[in-house]
Amino acid sequence: MLGSGLLQGLKVTAKNIAGSFHDPERLVTVEYPEQKTKLPENYRNFPFLVSENATDPMGTLRCVACQICEKECPPQCIYIEKSKDKKPDAAGKMQVYPAVFDIDTSVCMSCQICVEVCPFEAIKMDQVFEIATTDRFNALLLDRNQLAKPNSYYHQIHPTEAAEVDGRLLAERKAAEEKAKAAAAAAAAKAAAAAAAPKPVATPTATAGAPGAVAATVSVAKPATPPAAAPVSATPPAAAPAASPAQNAPASDGKAAP
Amino acid sequence: MSNSGLEFPAPVGGSHVAAVHDPFHGDLLEVSMGPHHPSTHGVFRMMVTLDGETIVKLKPVFGYLHRNHEKLGENTSYLASMPYTDRLDYLNSMTNNWAYALAVEKLAGQPVPERAEYLRVILAELTRLLNHVCLAGFLLQDTGASGTPLMYAFREREKILDLFESLSGSRMMCNYQRFGGCRVDASPEWLAGAKHITDNFGRFLDEYEELITGNEILMARTQGVGALSPELAISAGITGPMLRATGVDYDLRKVDAYGVYSRFNFRVPLGDHGDTYDRYMIRVLEMRESITILQQALRDLPAGPIMDPKAKIRGFRPKAGEAYGRIEGPKGEIGFYLISDGSPNPYRYRVRPPSFVNLTVLEDMCLGQTIADAVIILGSVDIVLGEVDR
Amino acid sequence: MNAMPGIFAAATGADSLLERWPILFRDTVAGFFPAPLQWLVGSLISILAIVAIFGGVFAALTLLERKMLGRVQNRPGPNRTGPFGLLQPIADGIKMLTKEDIVPRSADHLLHFLAPVALLAFSILTFAVIPFGRNLVPLELDAAVLYFFAAGAATELAIFMAGWASRNKFSLLAAMRALAQLISYELPLLLSFVPIIMLAGTLSMTGIIDQQAGWNFGFIPKWYIFTPWGFAAFAIFLVAALAESNRSPFDLPEAESELIAGHLTEYSGFKYALFFMAEYFGMIALSGMAITLFLGGWRAPLPFLEFIPSYLWFGAKLLGLLLLFIWIRGTFPRLRMDQLTRLAWKFLVPLALFNLGTAAFWSLTSGWSGPLQLARWGVAIALVVVPFVLLGRGLSRGVAPRTYRFA
Repeated sequence: MLGSGLLQGLKVTAKNIAGSFHDPERLVTVEYPEQKTKLPENYRNFPFLVSENATDPMGTLRCVACQICEKECPPQCIYIEKSKDKKPDAAGKMQVYPAVFDIDTSVCMSCQICVEVCPFEAIKMDQVFEIATTDRFNALLLDRNQLAKPNSYYHQIHPTEAAEVDGRLLAERKAAEEKAKAAAAAAAAKAAAAAAAPKPVATPTATAGAPGAVAATVSVAKPATPPAAAPVSATPPAAAPAASPAQNAPASDGKAAP
Repeated sequence: MSNSGLEFPAPVGGSHVAAVHDPFHGDLLEVSMGPHHPSTHGVFRMMVTLDGETIVKLKPVFGYLHRNHEKLGENTSYLASMPYTDRLDYLNSMTNNWAYALAVEKLAGQPVPERAEYLRVILAELTRLLNHVCLAGFLLQDTGASGTPLMYAFREREKILDLFESLSGSRMMCNYQRFGGCRVDASPEWLAGAKHITDNFGRFLDEYEELITGNEILMARTQGVGALSPELAISAGITGPMLRATGVDYDLRKVDAYGVYSRFNFRVPLGDHGDTYDRYMIRVLEMRESITILQQALRDLPAGPIMDPKAKIRGFRPKAGEAYGRIEGPKGEIGFYLISDGSPNPYRYRVRPPSFVNLTVLEDMCLGQTIADAVIILGSVDIVLGEVDR
Repeated sequence: MNAMPGIFAAATGADSLLERWPILFRDTVAGFFPAPLQWLVGSLISILAIVAIFGGVFAALTLLERKMLGRVQNRPGPNRTGPFGLLQPIADGIKMLTKEDIVPRSADHLLHFLAPVALLAFSILTFAVIPFGRNLVPLELDAAVLYFFAAGAATELAIFMAGWASRNKFSLLAAMRALAQLISYELPLLLSFVPIIMLAGTLSMTGIIDQQAGWNFGFIPKWYIFTPWGFAAFAIFLVAALAESNRSPFDLPEAESELIAGHLTEYSGFKYALFFMAEYFGMIALSGMAITLFLGGWRAPLPFLEFIPSYLWFGAKLLGLLLLFIWIRGTFPRLRMDQLTRLAWKFLVPLALFNLGTAAFWSLTSGWSGPLQLARWGVAIALVVVPFVLLGRGLSRGVAPRTYRFA
């Protein structure tokens, strides 16, 4: 009969009116400034630069200004200038560092490509979103001082991912150290015993991350070398990802399959 | 206006407009609908020539959202194009990602692990739910339903977007698929959430259909409006629900059986009239089929890696050659055609956007209908201007 | 103006102070003036009261509508201005008043200015004859019903004026739609209450309300809606009233998805607010008319509730109808222009004419009693339902739910 569909519709809306007073499923508004939903761990918005140390962010940036992210960035919002001199990095190795590292967040589309291509785990995704400013140009162009955030912050916003990254970094450093040690000793009997740990414990170095911590762990070196660790060259930039013991793809981050 | 030499094609349906300019009808009214019109779905523009309220000519104008997508793709690396595909059809970034990843994987001969294939199916079908539910909402908004169906649709869409956010980190610009797998693995909690949404979506659809499908006003507004013949649809290259609404059985999930779609048991709904109501109903029925696919995929999801161990992220250089990867996106066949010359960037990068191709028959569907129909016909084509203009 | 002392002798609460204070107040104030001026002062007080009360109702109604639409759509509605968003109408008013008034250069300036004023004036005029309570009629006319619809029909003219004067293609289309809608729906609107005039035997509003006094079986009020023909007439009236007041699903003149804002496209600021005010006034006036004609006016629905003042009953019924209007708006999609007119000419008008016959039958069989009473109801219901089903089938020919095949 004509009108039955209309009455059915009225019934549904009546159900929703009534439901909006008692059923949270039917009143889904989150009144934003007062209430906030919990951000999922994987949430990403704008990159930041990881520094090992909160007290000396510029001195302990993981970034070595290799400019891969600058090249790969789809909207070309990263600008890097290499330093003329070298500084010791977290592992104590002399490295080039970024003299200028700018990200134009008015252009950045938070796509995470820079994070994925970075071989040094130096750039990660932040979770900030309340970043409105009244200045259209300068306030949105972030320099390296504004971009640098300590590793502890990274652990705070992406705990799972950060633990995994730290584990990977530790393993890489260990592998590199062992390799160097093995080369220096040049003794076959001694080299057979030494190996890097495939599953290192990540959390202890989470916040410390200082060069001293790495040196301490090296002396406690233990189990069998994973086969992938053998071809590691002395230059980490190119071959480090291949040596990654993680089952996951080299630069993919997030929760790796166990 | 002068009409000398203007030839108008015969209207497809509705009242027949015999003469364009005669003393009885008088002058025609030319109305520019868009680019800032409430219901042109973005910045689409229709130059409509009206006789009273009947459309005698409709000229679609687009390009207001042109962003040089294809040229950008040729000047960035393969990987860097992936986030740009999110922005083609910004409702369906997951399927865009998949189509592009499929094209590159074909180009590079890159295998994909099984778990990743299943995850892709899950995400693509969730995207289909998301897109179709949006369409149903927007279509009803276009018919003037004060936003109520739209709000219900968005209520459900939010839940799926939350899922996407917790997996990929972004609600709409997922940037999730990679060449040789997926970026992030789905946790058991995530899969439980997906299952919960899948199981409850049917109930929402029931309520939604109760609200609107049987509504006499909607039926009167949409049935027999904007009919498209199967012949015209095929010759114009229409794909997706719009083609199936005309009765043509063509679903790439069945035809190509890409990914692991051959393992799932699902049906392809077909319409008989090709009008707006069919286009709407086909989408509703497709959502129900998507739910069954999702249930099967979530049940059968195997363990294992999500990324092929040999896949390269940095320094990805496929050997010279060409490939066309296409999938059944929610709006139709979304395809990427790539030519590689061995360099890190594609030599040619071409998108086959379903919205754009489906939009080409807009005038044929609108002639002879009224201006109010044009709005819902456009709504039922289901365009996203990001994809039309690229 | 007339006291008409005979009317309120019957009911119990008729003499209470609560019931009579508006009249007493008016007469007392008017009493301070010399006798030749008393009618003028009395009228002015009535006018002031109407403008003030319904201005307030309008403000509350905008908030109510947004709140209720929000609830329909699973959201809380405006809740930022003041507690629960109660100050939202004030904020809206300030915004509207302070906005720049833009008149297109090529528009007809005089008509462009006159349209909202005329619209509002005609809308307020319709309030003059509605009995808001016992004896609370601003203007007691013998042909009040005719006056009401004459004033109401003029509002569409103002909408046409607005559409024409704006010199905008969308506005022009809206103006044409408004005229077509007016012509189509004036007829079922008028035909729907002809049976009532027939049975009541009067065109006076108070007369019609008097005819609805008393109770069947001691508790069912003798309102016209509780008769088969009265219910049918009420339904027709409601549909036509929705169309007359440009409410969804008949809001074609300002169909925002097609014509941007229709006749309001080129209006901004306070003129825009006037249009809104007039639209809501029209809605309130038509609801008031429906209450008078079908819902027993200001009468209480149950005998023991008669101690509550009549104007409160009127208000409650008004609120109920307005909520129904909002509920309908939140649910239905909009009709197309040709369907709108077809609904009027091919469905509502014949139905209203049939209803005239039903009412005639009802009036002729008023003497039937006992089992004949049942037969009377049966025949009358059949006379309402059968044409509805048949005409409905004709109207929805070719429109039906479909089944789909699967490949």
